[in-house]
Formats: sequence, structure tokens, C-alpha cells
Amino acid sequence: MLKVENLNVYYGAIHALHDISFHVDEGEIVTLIGANGAGKTTTLHTISGLIRQKSGFISFMNKDLGSVKPHKLIEQGLAQVPEGRRVFAGMSVMENLEMGAYTRSNKAEIKKDLEKVFEHFPRLRERIKQPAGTLSGGEQQMLAMGRALMSKPKLLMLDEPSMGLSPILVNEIFTIIKEVNKTGTTILLVEQNANMALSIANRAYVLETGKVVMEGNAKDLLSNDDVRKAYLGS
Amino acid sequence: MTLLLNQLINGLQIGSIYALIALGYTMVYGIVKLINFAHGDIIMVGAYTALLVMTGLGLPFYVAIVLAMAVCIVFGVLIERVAYRPLRSSPRISSLITAIGVSYLLQNVAQLIFTPTPRPFPAVFSVKPLVIGELSISFITILTIAVSVALMILLQFVVRRTKVGKAMRAVSEDMGASQLMGISVDKTVSVTFAIGCALAAIGAVLYCVAYPRVQPTMGSLPGLKAFIAAVLGGIGILPGAMLGGFIMGIAESLTKGYISSQLADAVVYGILIVVLIFKPAGMLGKKTREKV
Repeated sequence: MLKVENLNVYYGAIHALHDISFHVDEGEIVTLIGANGAGKTTTLHTISGLIRQKSGFISFMNKDLGSVKPHKLIEQGLAQVPEGRRVFAGMSVMENLEMGAYTRSNKAEIKKDLEKVFEHFPRLRERIKQPAGTLSGGEQQMLAMGRALMSKPKLLMLDEPSMGLSPILVNEIFTIIKEVNKTGTTILLVEQNANMALSIANRAYVLETGKVVMEGNAKDLLSNDDVRKAYLGS
Repeated sequence: MTLLLNQLINGLQIGSIYALIALGYTMVYGIVKLINFAHGDIIMVGAYTALLVMTGLGLPFYVAIVLAMAVCIVFGVLIERVAYRPLRSSPRISSLITAIGVSYLLQNVAQLIFTPTPRPFPAVFSVKPLVIGELSISFITILTIAVSVALMILLQFVVRRTKVGKAMRAVSEDMGASQLMGISVDKTVSVTFAIGCALAAIGAVLYCVAYPRVQPTMGSLPGLKAFIAAVLGGIGILPGAMLGGFIMGIAESLTKGYISSQLADAVVYGILIVVLIFKPAGMLGKKTREKV
């Protein structure tokens, strides 16, 4: 579904991504794990077109994304929940969700998806009129995910959804990610919390200083000694 | 008492013109964080357009307003496209300086075309003023206030309720996240400039009816005052621009009526200084903390 081949990205003179290749198949949860500065967010931003690669190819549903403008990506079925949630703080929860469906026009369909979002995140329904900036961190993460789901994406990319959340909330968020995946949305998950990410993913890629250093089945990586030492702290 | 009421009404008239122009400053600032110093000169563009349409083509006032709006929209969108958009990711000071440059460019081109000599704006209405007791209110005063208030309500509706208005608010909050939602930032910024310039054009024509002199540098003063109105109310906040405009207009006309005409501007700028000392973000501005 998503194919990334030999991606090289530079920030000025800094070579941020070295020949990164990975793929996501339909229905999967794939996770990119790695420490701070490993290139996880850069990879996502390159897929979204916010940064352009020097070389390499990205294709989605067999379509080259090289020339697609960032704001056209969502129409292709690719949605992203950005790092730090980035909800529209001054707008209400409802308006945030409406913005998620910005490119869609079929009102009946949008309403149906709104109901689905409220099923995943019942807490958002209680707060529809509240400005998003007044929500707690966990609720903002839920809103950011709900907003992305309102575009009815085929592939949902999540950037550090666990960041800054309490362990209980992290559990809740990850349970919801799994649910969303079960209802037919493919997921690409970027995480520093390798333990949580590996526990729900099908496959994983380990990034280190801009390179893929390991890849495989999430369960295998979870029991792999090197991974345990480097990322799981035991 | 009559003097007080008269001056208040005059203040509302000029204040609503300031408010219309201030909305353009504040909308543009809200979305691209740029003080568009060329906005004042859009007033001049609108004024000359209306003047030429009325005296040159002999068309009626209402047609002149519509054409002035159209020309100002074209200018505004074009200026953004050519001068500001390429600098959007540059340091803010670059686009600020560019805005000042655009302002001088417009003024000087206008001087080349129209010469610096002021031209009279034709008298538009010969309707009798409304007389209530000793108070007499001219038709243009009523029209100016009514049109401005109606436009402000309309603008609030557009920004709060319509899809394009919500997109404008989203882009002004977070450009990157808006792109991820599929909102075209370029298009939204263009729409913002277009709306701001359309309001400025209407403000320009109403200004000309009140002060019927058209000249290339005429936009500077109302432009500056409208900018101050926007800062006074809290730049980036629409109701703030309206409030700021009315306060400036009323303060100005009360000073003219009770103290001295020459002190009017000093009082207005004095109010700005006092407000900024106590509320640096403007009257309706919220304290913003820089996020780390």
C-alpha cells in the first residue's frame, strides 16, 4: 500500500535519512521505532511532502507521491496525526472534527464517520462545544486522531501518540489504535515508546541515526536481545 | 448636549471607517503574521477607482463602490502573490520591509499617473439630513454606520460559520496542521487578502464622501489610524479591530469638539500608548505565552 524506497533526505548539509526503505501492506499496523533524532518524524514529513527527498521514491496505492502537494495528500487517503497533536486550540472540538473532513462534501457520509469517531472516543462527544485548547493532553490526542479519521483515510500515520501522556492514557490510546485498525484502517505508527508500539504492531522497523538497522515481525523484535537492551531498557 | 451627540455620531462615522480598514490589517496579521503596510494605499487605489468611475465614466455611486472593490481585490491578491508569498518562510522582518516597499511603490506610481495634485471627490448625496430636535444627521453618516455594522456582522458570520471562514481560522492557528487537513494555505491566504481589500475599498469610498479629496498619499493617515485601531483592540482579533476603530473615531471627534482639532491625533495616539502599557496585547487581546 505504502512503499518507501531508498529515501535520502538532507537538512542543508546534514544527511538525515540514509537509504531508508520500508513498506506497509493493507490492513497492517507497522511501526517505526527509534530514539530521539533517529529520523522517524523526518520520514513521516517526507511522506507528507512537508520535506522533499533528495533521492528515493515514495508511492501510495501505486501512485508516486513525489509531485503531490501536501494538502492534496489527504484526498489520496493518507492522513497524519502530527507530533504534539496540533489541534486547533481556539476552535471547538466539533470545528476541529469538521476541519478533518475539509476535503469531503457528502454530508451524510461525514455524519456517519462523525458517529464512528464518537464511538471510538465517547469523551469527545461530551465536549463538542468546548475549545480544543481547554482539553487535557489525552483528550487532545483523541481529538487529533478523531480529526484525522474524519477524512476517512486508508492509511493513518501517527507521530508519537504516547508523548506526554500518563501510562493509563497511553494504554487507552493504543487500545483505540488497535480498534481503528480492526475497522479497516491501515496504520503507520512512529513511536519512541517501543514497548507499547511493538505490542500492538504486526511488523516493525528500527531506525538509528537515519538508517533502518533492523526490521521484522513485531513479536520477534520484542523478544530480540539487542532491541530489548537498546530500546526497552532491560 | 447637542454638541456631545453630534460629536458622538461623527465619531461613530469615522470610527466605522477605521474599523472597516482595521479589519483588513487584523485579518492579514492573524493569518500570515504580517503587518501589511500597503493596506493603507489600497484605500488610495479604491478612492481613485471610484473617482474615475464616477467622473470619467459618469457611472453612479453604487457602481463605483462595486468596481472599487473589484480593483482593490485584484491589487491585494496580486500583491500577496508577487511580494509576500515568496517570503512566507523568510524571517518576518523581510516581509515587513517588503510591505513598506509595496506601499511606497503604490504611492509613487499613483503620483506618476495622477500627479500629486489633490482632486475633489464628487458630492454624492443630496438627500436632506435627518433632523431630530436640534440634532441633524446627514444621510451619509447614517449610511456609513449602517453599512459598516452590517459588513462586520456579515464578516463575523463568514468567519464563524462558513467553511472558508473556518479554514481561515485553522490556517491562522496552525498552517502545517491545516495542510494536513487538506486545506490549501495559498488559497486561504488569497481569500483573506481579498476580503480585507474589499472592506478597505468600501471604507475608502465612504472616507472620500466624508473627506472629499483624492490624492496619492491619502491612504497613509487613515491607514495608520486603522492600524492603530487594530493594535488597540488586539491585533489578529476581529472584534478588537471593530472596537478599536470605534474608540479611535469617538476619541478623535470628541477631542475635536471639546479640546482642539489639532490635538485630536495626539489624544488618539496617547490612548494607544496608555492601552499598550496596561494591556500590551490590546484591549481584547489575550496574554500569549511563547510555547517551548
